[in-house]
Amino acid sequence: MTILVVAEHDKAALKTATLNTVAAAQKIGGDIHILVAGQNAQTAAEAAAHIAGVSKVLHAEAPRFAAPTAEAIAGLVVPLAPAYSHVLLPATGFGKNVAPRIAALLDVAQISDIIAVESQDTFVRPIYAGNAFATVQSKDTQKVITVRTTGFDPAAASGGNASVEQINVPAVVDRVQVLGQELTKSERPELTSARIVISGGRGLQNGANFKMLEALADKLHAAIGASRAAVDAGYVPNDYQVGQTGKIVAPDLYIAIGISGAIQHLAGMKDSKVIVAINKDPEAPIFQIADYGLVGDLFEIVPQLTAELG
Amino acid sequence: MKVLVPVKRVVDFNVKVRVKPDGSGVDTANVKMSMNPFDEIAVEEAVRLKEKGVATEIVAVSCGLAACQETLRTALAIGADRAILVESNAELQPLAVAKLLKAIATKESPQLVIMGKQAIDDDANQTGQMLAALLDWPQATFASKVDIADGKAVVKREIDGGLETLSMPLPAVITTDLRLNEPRYATLPNIMKAKKKPLDVLTPEALGVDVAPRLATLKVVEPPKRKGGGKVADAKELVAKLRNEAKVIS
Repeated sequence: MTILVVAEHDKAALKTATLNTVAAAQKIGGDIHILVAGQNAQTAAEAAAHIAGVSKVLHAEAPRFAAPTAEAIAGLVVPLAPAYSHVLLPATGFGKNVAPRIAALLDVAQISDIIAVESQDTFVRPIYAGNAFATVQSKDTQKVITVRTTGFDPAAASGGNASVEQINVPAVVDRVQVLGQELTKSERPELTSARIVISGGRGLQNGANFKMLEALADKLHAAIGASRAAVDAGYVPNDYQVGQTGKIVAPDLYIAIGISGAIQHLAGMKDSKVIVAINKDPEAPIFQIADYGLVGDLFEIVPQLTAELG
Repeated sequence: MKVLVPVKRVVDFNVKVRVKPDGSGVDTANVKMSMNPFDEIAVEEAVRLKEKGVATEIVAVSCGLAACQETLRTALAIGADRAILVESNAELQPLAVAKLLKAIATKESPQLVIMGKQAIDDDANQTGQMLAALLDWPQATFASKVDIADGKAVVKREIDGGLETLSMPLPAVITTDLRLNEPRYATLPNIMKAKKKPLDVLTPEALGVDVAPRLATLKVVEPPKRKGGGKVADAKELVAKLRNEAKVIS
């Protein structure tokens, strides 16, 4: 039994999500190979070779993988798939886009967003915004799986010594052109891998007030997130969104500021280790899951909190 | 240009779902059902394309129980021209739905399929990508802006950390993200008109599609409850607790 993990990386380094995905592969058991497709991605391929428990790295090098489309990655993975019992991708924007395309081409029912491995064919996944956990068993001979990163502690990034094999890239003409990417530039840690996350909601009243959270985030080296309500209201870009349909986070500390706690928001953060809620409404549902609730005006409390942290 | 818009009937997003005591699933009896919110965005986008003169006909499709006719009527009230129900009492998983939609797309030859990125019941986020794969069409998932011109779709899509712009030839499959648009409310006259619009009913058998589930749900349980409700008086106490009790900050 051999498992293929499709790596997510930014050429220079693997995304932490790749390590979480390898960890899920380790739970399933068997040999683990990892596919690194990219342009000038040697460094990422070498990093993959050092992950504990990985026995082989498949490195596919081509300009078309610089900003890979679902078609480009699926076109690469599908011909490799017969050698593998399981194909795993992280349940990130990247994996969610690509995995179902691979699954359908293999005629396999994908298992999305697993949070636990029960056996080689049985997995636990959240449904209904995490309000229920379903244990599902796959009847397909091959499995295509996306891994919820918060469900698995990352595999050790060092200790492995896998071989790196260059693989051929199918010669095809891409129908889909990537015209460009606009990435939010930030000095802050990435939302999904930050140890501390500070999120703002509708209570902040406008986008300019999010600046207030930045001072606090600077003190704590935290990432900044937002509720869907704040995104819908246009305060911040959509990639800040924490929730059922946004990013799923589970930091050591999650501070929800001016967020009432809609079900779909809770779905994205309720596995955080410690939750703090600051809200003026004492009845806000967020307080039911918060370890430390502070009822009051966030416009007074946030500056006080920032000052307290010295 | 013909546009196909698949829509799913799901438990309304405002309903707090209950897990059945026997662990067989989630209780959907006597629960308010609505159109999946992301599919509503897809219907709205199709209607806007028609209003701009880009789309000429909008066909809404749903797969599932007879009750999905209500969902289709909602799509018709927002502005779809006609509807197709693939009626089945079986559990339809994303791969099966993608195969049914492929059969419909093959019959209808749309230039564009636009649908929600994810249904809020099974949260699978698969069907659009699978349909694109089965049709061998390009895909643009998680769209936040769609421009159609000269046989091409230019789609701005949400990716981790920002946005990406793709260009692709039609036909293509697009899945919708939150910020694509804000769906309109159906007006009463349009709800009345929708009742008279054509709605055809087909079956998986008639389409020659095997919809047998590949995933067996062994059990469904409630997630572990989080013990919350603790309160602090002010910022000072909060910082002290985070430092000394929770030990998550230094």
